[in-house]
Parts: sequence; C-alpha cells; structure tokens
Amino acid sequence: MIKRISIISIILLAVLLLTMILGVSVGSSDREILRVVNAILHPESDPMLSAIVLKIRFPRVLLAVIAGSVLSLGGVVFQSILRNPLAEPYILGISGGAAIGAILGIIMGLSRFPGVGFTAFAGSILSLVLILYLSTGHSLFQKDRLLLSGVMVNAFCSAVIMFLVSITRDARLHNIIFWLMGDFSTINTLQASILLLAIIPCFILIFMLSHTLNLLSMGKESAQSSGVRTRLIILVQLVTTSFMVSLVVGYCGLLGFVGLVVPHLMRTRLGPDHRVLVPACILGGGAYMVFCDILARTLPEQGEMPTGVVTALIGAPLFIYFLKRSNS
Amino acid sequence: MKAAIEVNNLVCQYDNQTVVDGLSFSVRQGEFFIIIGPNGSGKSTLMNAMAGLVKTAQGEVKIKNKPLPAYSQKSLAQTIAIVRQQASVDFPFTVSQVVMMGRAPHQGLLGLEKEADVGAVKEALAFTDLQRLADRKIHQLSGGECQRVFIARAICQDPEIMLLDEPTAALDLAHQTRIMDLMEKLKHEKKTTIIMISHDINLASLYADNLLLLKEGRIVESGSPNKVLAYNVLEPAYGCNLLVDTNPVKSCPRITLVPASYLEKSKD
Repeated sequence: MIKRISIISIILLAVLLLTMILGVSVGSSDREILRVVNAILHPESDPMLSAIVLKIRFPRVLLAVIAGSVLSLGGVVFQSILRNPLAEPYILGISGGAAIGAILGIIMGLSRFPGVGFTAFAGSILSLVLILYLSTGHSLFQKDRLLLSGVMVNAFCSAVIMFLVSITRDARLHNIIFWLMGDFSTINTLQASILLLAIIPCFILIFMLSHTLNLLSMGKESAQSSGVRTRLIILVQLVTTSFMVSLVVGYCGLLGFVGLVVPHLMRTRLGPDHRVLVPACILGGGAYMVFCDILARTLPEQGEMPTGVVTALIGAPLFIYFLKRSNS
Repeated sequence: MKAAIEVNNLVCQYDNQTVVDGLSFSVRQGEFFIIIGPNGSGKSTLMNAMAGLVKTAQGEVKIKNKPLPAYSQKSLAQTIAIVRQQASVDFPFTVSQVVMMGRAPHQGLLGLEKEADVGAVKEALAFTDLQRLADRKIHQLSGGECQRVFIARAICQDPEIMLLDEPTAALDLAHQTRIMDLMEKLKHEKKTTIIMISHDINLASLYADNLLLLKEGRIVESGSPNKVLAYNVLEPAYGCNLLVDTNPVKSCPRITLVPASYLEKSKD
C-alpha cells in the first residue's frame, strides 16, 4: 500500500510541478518556459522577468494549488462521510457560509489574513452547525437528510450573499463580485506561505484518518462495529475540512465543483481507497486548479476571467452527467 | 460452557417508548443462537444493544463476563463482528478490499496490511468460497454473493462472537441454506458464537442450538427449538394459524402456515 501511495504521489507531484511551471510561464509579459525557468534559477540574468514570476505569478499559482488541493480534498471527505459521490463543500453550503463570513469581513474592512480568514471560518462553521441541526433526527449524519439540508443552506447562503452585495454601494462592490467568482490575483508570497503552513497540518490529519473514510463509506454503524469512534472522527473531519475550505474561500472566493470533478476523476482512475485518494486529490486538485487558472488567464483576448467561471463551466455539466448516470 | 454474552434486565427506549423491556438471558460460547419474533418485537434493537450501538436505559450487557462499557470501541470490534441485512458499499471497492476492511480492529490507524492480514483475507475468502470473485467490484455481485462478502469481512475480523441481522432475508432458497451452512461451519471449525436474527422459523429450527422468541420487547419463550417452536407458544406470539409437526430430515419442529381460506373451507 505504501509503495502504491508513493508511486502515485510521485507521478502526480511531477504533474503538479509541470503545471506550476506552465502556470508561472503564462502571462502577458512572457510565455517562454525556458526563459522563465532560467529567470527563476538565475534571477540576475533577467531581473524584471524574475520579479514578475516570483512576486506576481508564483504566489498566484501557489494559491491556485492550495485552493485546488483543499477543495478537492473537501469533496473527498464530504463524499465519504455523506456516502454520496455528489457531495462537496460548494454544493453543501460550507463554501457559501464561508463566503458570507468573508464578505462581512471585507465590508468591515478587515485584512484578508487573519481577519477575513477568521470571519470566513466562523461563517463555514455556522453553516456546518446549521446543516447538522437541520439534518439531526433519530440519527445524526443521516445520508440523504444531510445532503438535502446542505443544499437548502447553500440556497440560503446564496440569497444572503446577493443581499450583502446589493447593499454594498462603494468601490468594495467590484472587489467583492470579482472575488466571489474565484480570484487568485490578490495574494503575495508571504500570505500564500502562511496559508500553506496553516493548511498542511490539515492535510496530514485527514491523510492519517483516510482509512476511517474507507470504513465510513460502508455506513456509520458498520464503521463503528469495526472499531471506529465514528462521531468523533466525523466531527474532526468536518471541522478540519470546513477550516481549510473557509481559509481558501476567504482568499479566493467561490470556486464551485472542484470538489466534484477531481475526486471523481481520481476515483475512476485509482479506485476508491481513500489512503490513495487523499494524496492523489491534494496533488491532482492542485494541478487541476492551476490548469483552470491558466485557461482563465488565456481564454479572454484581453484581461482575464475569474477562475470560478472556468471551474463552473467544466464542473456543472459534469455534475449533471454524474447525476444522470447515478440515477440510471 | 462459559457465557459469551449475558443480558441482565435490559431496557432500551426510543423517544420514551420502551422497545426492549427487561430482557435477561445468556448465550454460551460456541452456541448457534437465533432470535425470532414478530415485526416490532425489539430484535434489532436488542442486537444493537448487544453490540454497544445503542444506549440502554437500564440493565447491562456483559461480553465474556465483562460489562460492555468496559470495552473500548476497538477491543469490542476485536470481539464482536456484525453482519447487517442488506449492507451496502457506496464506492466501487473490490471484494478483497471490502474483506480486508474486516481487519481494521487489528490494524493501525492507516490500516496498512501486514502478511497476517493478507493471510486472514485469503482464508476468509476460501471459507466463504469467494476466491474467484476477489477482484470483482462489490456492485457487480448478486445479493447472495454480497451477503457472503459481508460474512467474509466479519470472519476476517476474527471475532469470538458474530451477530447477524437477518442475513438470509431477500435471498433465494439455495443462498439461504448456503449462508446457514456457512454459519454452522463457522461454529464448528472456528468455535465462533453465532447470534442471529431471523424471520424464517423453519431455518431457525433446523440450525439453532437455542432460540429466543420475543414479542413487544419481552421474552415469550427461550430454549431449544422443541421448547420454543411449540404450537401453544407460536400461535399466540405471532397471532396466525399454523401447524407444527416434525421435520423429516432433522426431527426438529416444522412449521406450516395455514391460510385463512383453508380454515373457512374446513368449517364449511
């Protein structure tokens, strides 16, 4: 198992690094990969290009990697716990709750980190509590009730976001709208590094619990009779995931369907074992998001489009396809 | 013979409604023990209570003479395995992956397989005659094959006690006897205590060492099939017309249902 995880991780890490090199090479200033690589390795040879790549493009690519990894991993965790391959943080309203918190933070004039990050986390936890409260009947974490409650909370969050946007009158409105649709352009290297440091422990924790995700995908009672402290494990996974997602939403806005597309692709190719899926989604999700960001930067003839538009354009049809296939 | 499970004055409630009402009984180690009774008699709740999956309002359950709360979740899983009726797997795991999950109580947090675990899986697959399906996806199997996979997973858990909630429900006759034969083999070869819920009284009569008949959360009768499956016990418990005679194969009670239309014709 360790060998399989290592081989898959090395392959996907190579893909991620290649995508990142492509990501920092694409921009209005220069598109030559070799020149960009040279500028990174020997900054004195081309100080201008080196500064553009390291101070503008690299933090952006790093944020895309973090966002893709977190949202893909969030999808895997929610799909396993809810035993539903269509669940992900965006569809469940966890991202929506974080977005409300983040908008309130922006309106209050808080800094992106830790201010907006904190309000986004508070928003996502409130969403999570609301979803759990709505879905609590005889048995907590019932599969269908939780998903339905999540969809309702997401609809409510969307309404609140629209309300907040409609009452915002000044220059912050443009920022909020662009950020809401998924934006990686506002981060610097220090912020991206802090974000990465905050998220890596979450990755490790979820990987350590990945076998319990396997057991949980056979049902809560089955997992419990296999020795899993299900209530504790589910709460740890949900809170950790909400924390990661809220940090990402606080920086990048709403990036839908990533948690659906990447886990599905990985599950199809690598099988359903979460000990493989978790690292695969972290690395593959990062590569996918950098690819989406490259499309967002290169598809429009002038300027760029929010990356959330690209993830939704790819993800929404796939969601419908999966839904149709699961119904049939 | 020592008791595998002792239940003393057990009371379980849902929303202040008593589902299991003061049950006391014990199951010996290595016994094939079947719980029967009409719908809503508290069979599944009793089984969940024995597995520590529901809170009890009163009374206690002892596993191998040790109170249930004294067990950690993991040590309980090393002692008791459960096979549920129509268990499901939501993602396309292979048969051998599902069976390997039975080793979880004996493994570390990441569930990394050791040689002993691989051997246990092979043995469980051979025991349940599933070797040829080892690499098939669980979704591709029939109901009977699936049920055998979940039994193999429970065997792989290497438990001393196995709890089964209607494992033969919705299976055809051949698969029903196959599952019951498997349980008998498990009892004889591995000395596992088998506690099963069943609605099939004839199967229970054929295979059980002892039976427990429940109605409305209380014990109607317990003991050998001859004692429990008597007309004067079954007729009031189930409230239906039936005939009890002797099974020609095993000399145990055989129950035949009598349709109301037959009785009306007899009266005419």
